[in-house]
Amino acid sequence: MIEIGLGHYLSLGAIIFFLGVIGIFLNRKNVIVILMSIELILLAVNINLISFSIFSGDIVGQIFTMLILTVAAAEAAIGLAIIVIYYRNKGSIRVEDIHGMKG
Amino acid sequence: MLIHSIFFYFFSVIAIFSSLMVITSRNTVNSVFFLILDFISVGCLFIMVGAEFLGMIILIVYVGAVAVLFLFVVMMLNVAEQKQSWFIGKKSTHIPTGLIVSVLILLELLVVVGGWKYKDNVMSSSTLEFSNISNTHQLGLVMYTDYILYFQMAGIILLLSMIGAILLTFRQRKGVKKQSYFNQISRNPSSSIELKEVETNKGVKIDD
Repeated sequence: MIEIGLGHYLSLGAIIFFLGVIGIFLNRKNVIVILMSIELILLAVNINLISFSIFSGDIVGQIFTMLILTVAAAEAAIGLAIIVIYYRNKGSIRVEDIHGMKG
Repeated sequence: MLIHSIFFYFFSVIAIFSSLMVITSRNTVNSVFFLILDFISVGCLFIMVGAEFLGMIILIVYVGAVAVLFLFVVMMLNVAEQKQSWFIGKKSTHIPTGLIVSVLILLELLVVVGGWKYKDNVMSSSTLEFSNISNTHQLGLVMYTDYILYFQMAGIILLLSMIGAILLTFRQRKGVKKQSYFNQISRNPSSSIELKEVETNKGVKIDD
C-alpha cells in the first residue's frame, strides 16, 4: 500500500481506460464527448507505457509515448474538423441525430 | 517512500475523479474543464515518477493545444447544454466548475513544486536514475539516433493532419470580394493609366 510499484500505475491506467470506454458507450449527448473519451483512452495507454518504461529502466517506452501523443493531437484536430463541418451541414452533433449510415 | 505514495494517491484520485466527471457532466464545457484537470494530474504524475520531459510535453501539447481546441470547438458550435445548474439559478455559467478546476490545478502545481525539493526521496523508484544525464537528454540520445525514422513519420503525420483539418473546414463563400495580390502587384502604368485629350468646355466620360 505504501510502496508504490508498477501495479499501482497500471491500475490507474486501467481505471482511466475503463472510464474512457464507458464514456464512449454511455454517451448520449454529442460527439465531442466521445472524442474526449478517446483522449482519455490514449492517456491511459500513455500511463501504461511510461510506467513500464520507468520501472523496467528502458527509455524506449517514452519514445513511443511521444509518438502516441503526436497521433492523439492529429486525431483531435481531424476529428474536430469533421465535427465542425458536420455541424455546419446538419446543424446538430447529437449522437441520436447521427444515423446517416443506418448503423 | 511515504511522500511518493502520498503524491501518487493525491494525483491519481484527482485524475480518476476528473475523468469520471469528463464522461458524466451534463455540460460539455465542464467536461472540457475536467479533461484539462485530468491531463494536468497525469502530467504531474509523469513528472513525479521521473519522466519529466513527457510530463511537460503533456502539459504543453494536451493542455495547451488539444484541450483548448476542444474548448474552442465546443464554444463555437454552441452545443453546451446548460439545463442543469447546481449553483445559483439560471445565471450559473461555467464559473463554479472553472473555479474548482483552477483551484485544484493550483494545488497540484504547489505540490509538484514543493516536491521538487525532495526529488531524490520522491523519485527513488525510478530505475533510470543510474545515469547522471537528465531525462530529456536520454530521450534525445535515443530518439534522434535509433528512432529518427519514427520521429520523421510523426512529423509527416502532423503535417497531414494540419492539411486535412484546413482542407476539411475550408469553404469558399460566394459574393465575397477578395484582394487579388497577383493582379495588384503585376499591374503597370501602361495598362492602368490612360491619357486623354480633354477638349475645352466638354467633360470626360470615365468608365464607358
